[in-house]
Amino acid sequence: MKLDSKVPEGPLAEKWTKYRGSMNLVAPNNKRRLEVIIVGTGLAGASAAATMGELGYNVKAFTFHDSPRRAHSIAAQGGINAAKNYQNDGDSVYRLFYDTIKGGDYRSREANVHRLAECSTEIIDQAVAQGVPFAREYGGLLANRSFGGVQVSRTFYARGQTGQQLLIGAYSALSRQISLGNVKMYNRHEMLDLVLVDGKARGIITRNLLTGELEKHAAHCVVLATGGYGNVFYLSTNAMGCNVSAAWRAVKKGALMANPCFTQIHPTCIPVSGEYQSKLTLMSESLRNDGRVWVPKKLEDAKAIQEGKKTGLDIPEEDRDYYLERRYPAFGNLVPRDVASRAAKTATDEGKGVVRTGLGVYLDFADAIDRYGKAAAHSKGIDNPTSSQILELGEEVVSQKYGNLFQMYEKITGENPYKQPMKIYPAVHYTMGGIWVDYNLETNIPGLFALGEANFSDHGANRLGASALMQGLADGYFVIPYTIGQFLSNEIRTPKFDNNLPEFNAAEKDTRTRIERLMSVNGNQSVESFHRKLGKIMWEYCGMSRNAEGLTKGIKLIQELREEFYKDVFVPGDQNEFNPELEKAIRVEDFLEMGEVMMRDALDRNESCGGHFREEYRSEEGEAKRNDEDYTYVAAWEWKEGGQPQVHKEELTFENVELKTRSYK
Amino acid sequence: MQLTLKVWRQKNGNAQGRFEHHNIEAEEHMSFLEMLDVLNEKLISEKKEPVAFEHDCREGICGACSMVINGRPHGPQTGTTTCQLHMRAYKSGDTITIEPFRANSFPVIKDLVVDRSSFDRIIQAGGYISVNTGQAPDGNTIPVEKDQASDAFDSATCIGCGACVAACPNGSAMLFTSAKVNHLEQLPQGKVEHNRRVKDMVKQMDKEGFGKCSNVGACSVECPKEISVENIAALNRHYLSSVFVKK
Ligand SMILES: Cc1cc2nc3c(=O)[nH]c(=O)nc-3n(C[C@H](O)[C@H](O)[C@H](O)COP(=O)(O)OP(=O)(O)OC[C@H]3O[C@@H](n4cnc5c(N)ncnc54)[C@H](O)[C@@H]3O)c2cc1C
Ligand code: SF4
Ligand code: FES
Repeated sequence: MKLDSKVPEGPLAEKWTKYRGSMNLVAPNNKRRLEVIIVGTGLAGASAAATMGELGYNVKAFTFHDSPRRAHSIAAQGGINAAKNYQNDGDSVYRLFYDTIKGGDYRSREANVHRLAECSTEIIDQAVAQGVPFAREYGGLLANRSFGGVQVSRTFYARGQTGQQLLIGAYSALSRQISLGNVKMYNRHEMLDLVLVDGKARGIITRNLLTGELEKHAAHCVVLATGGYGNVFYLSTNAMGCNVSAAWRAVKKGALMANPCFTQIHPTCIPVSGEYQSKLTLMSESLRNDGRVWVPKKLEDAKAIQEGKKTGLDIPEEDRDYYLERRYPAFGNLVPRDVASRAAKTATDEGKGVVRTGLGVYLDFADAIDRYGKAAAHSKGIDNPTSSQILELGEEVVSQKYGNLFQMYEKITGENPYKQPMKIYPAVHYTMGGIWVDYNLETNIPGLFALGEANFSDHGANRLGASALMQGLADGYFVIPYTIGQFLSNEIRTPKFDNNLPEFNAAEKDTRTRIERLMSVNGNQSVESFHRKLGKIMWEYCGMSRNAEGLTKGIKLIQELREEFYKDVFVPGDQNEFNPELEKAIRVEDFLEMGEVMMRDALDRNESCGGHFREEYRSEEGEAKRNDEDYTYVAAWEWKEGGQPQVHKEELTFENVELKTRSYK
Repeated sequence: MQLTLKVWRQKNGNAQGRFEHHNIEAEEHMSFLEMLDVLNEKLISEKKEPVAFEHDCREGICGACSMVINGRPHGPQTGTTTCQLHMRAYKSGDTITIEPFRANSFPVIKDLVVDRSSFDRIIQAGGYISVNTGQAPDGNTIPVEKDQASDAFDSATCIGCGACVAACPNGSAMLFTSAKVNHLEQLPQGKVEHNRRVKDMVKQMDKEGFGKCSNVGACSVECPKEISVENIAALNRHYLSSVFVKK
């Protein structure tokens, strides 16, 4: 299969503008005749649905949530990047583009990334106009902060709830279109299959989660904005409902899953506390602006801490190893996520972890509190502040910056992070891989598009902080509303599709059979227990570091688990009612196949890049070693029912940046 | 720790509900929902139906979790959602009663799950600023005073959980509605449509069957995001002036 990225000709900085100006348009009267299905109403889907509704398309939007406002985007904390250069610190569209390409370890498509950087500035304008209450300076202008992996201050934020505020902005725009009748919203509807008619995507099968009823929905095209698949690891920072099913069903119908092994492990999450753990909580990366990461230098100190005989406060300064500052003096605690996560693993692998399980490191604010306290005392005219004055003033500053995060930490762990250093550990957070799309965000199935975290397009092998919100909204507000015209302009004479076409009835029947199969196993193990087992296999063999032997073993284990699943899973209740266990079972069934493809991809990629670290491929200092000669491509996997998945390659060409070893030293 | 749970079970909206008793062993570091996961795993292992409850982010931001714990929406701690509550708030031997949010406008779907789509319809009635994509001026064109942006944020932090309604003896949605009105009203961008927004949202709120506000204040006490009752006072003022504004 030849993968055509459809990147337009011309100089990088002009591609998008020129292309946008020359794309096929659909006249307003024709738009009204065209139906668009959008699955998912997180940042990407809600912004797309609202904008296409405004443009006059007939939009039908679907979410499994009870309201679009609950999408996982709501949980994003830290912020959103934009090349506004409001801080006058030398930022530009090119620099944001360059940082993203470099941060992604040169495994993303230049033209897409440049377009993303271009759209970034408009997103902020749009959000402000919608009433998103971004943080402001005293002069009333928008405030910025810096985020891991970059040296400029370009991140816009709304306290620690940026995702919430942006999603509410998109949700309100969507609500307006719903009230105007331009978008029909289907809450509590889960897409379970994609319907193709003559090779084009023309509809979906959904399950009404309240009644269990299967429904057939037809349209001229289908857009998937269904988020990431981090929950294949069971434990992740994703919301409990995040899943791969919509994307996976598309893959089963012929779409390709690109770079599935590129998973982001976030360095600052609250460590696992016990077997009952259901999810992990992220502590925003912005904390690394002020927190210092360390472990004890001496093994016996680490051991004493693990056994509860000592705490971090008992370790004198000279016995602490601030390993990020030591190993990466140029970026220190602000190295990109993949680098910070691996360094934590190295430290804990040496036995220097600081929690009971050994899997945790410190993130310490004592120095920041001291520094801010002294500065605050100075600005208040206190000449010789006492140490308790400094502490009090410093804690006040830290609380203004990170108050809600500190509070969240205390709620979860029962420890006060102003007094005791925080304990953190890496956790699965984001999936750079996703459905393969071309420059139009169209998959290899004509009429099927993918946006947001669900596609693979912009972050290569590692995503920079505050760039996912940017990508979701760029895709939804500023890219798809135009590029979809390239497909739909050829469909203006296509009449509405009847959902009683044989293709729809067949897909509905397949879905029913699939559900009945799950219900009828009637085994002895819960869905949850299978999910947990899968997660352990994934984390063990396809987590922070991978090797050929482990991956080979992992593939076998997943296949065995899949067999066991069909023999012994137990799904209680009835299929024709509200049944959360059945919903979970369907999602876990898809994860069980997706996990295997991730492992195969990881095994196939004989190099280390970004979030993908193969132990066999590292430098003498232990850093990731890319192989540009052989692996500068996108690996797009085709699922073969009953056989082995097959990889197709899209070569990546870099015309504007030079491939360099990523160094943060 | 050993706990006795008294959990509301109701097969669907039309069925009769009742309390079911369960004894369960929990750990203090578990979250409240993880404790319910343990209960559900136990029920499933006995081939019984697990307790349906709503949840997603499990970190206090999506607004999905919704239950009344020992008579209080989201349980005993202020500024805390159910999913953020941890078992160290309880001691061995405690009995915990768990019920769904109860309000006329939130019909029960199953067990602890209720239908809160009425909130969506209130937003659809006017909880937005009418600006199409691409029409926005540069973000820094209109400065917004820092404190004012911060006040707008305080109102905007509502997670749409509905605890305010469940806490109110009248089942009023005034806290939720007023928070949205004030979020937008305090920003220059939101002032333009303000009068119409107030009238339309209040009208929809009444249409959904939410009760009248009689200034009890329980809403704000139970609100996990500590949305202030001042929002309600402001909405009352806005409403009066929007009704008397000349067309
Ligand atoms: C804790 C946390 C913090 C983060 N912080 C940041 C940050 O500070 N900055 C940043 O840039 N990024 C951040 N991210 C990443 C970012 O939030 C996500 O990548 C992004 O929000 C994804 O948006 P989305 O619209 O693609 O998907 P989502 O928001 O996940 O939306 C998916 C939608 O699809 C629907 N859906 C899924 N499957 C189906 C189906 N089968 N049928 C029907 N509907 C379906 C869901 O109901 C939902 O509406 C963070 C992520 C996490 C986990
Ligand atoms: S006002 Fe508070 S209690 Fe009411 S919906 Fe919003 S967050 Fe929940
Ligand atoms: S589960 Fe999201 S707020 Fe509780």
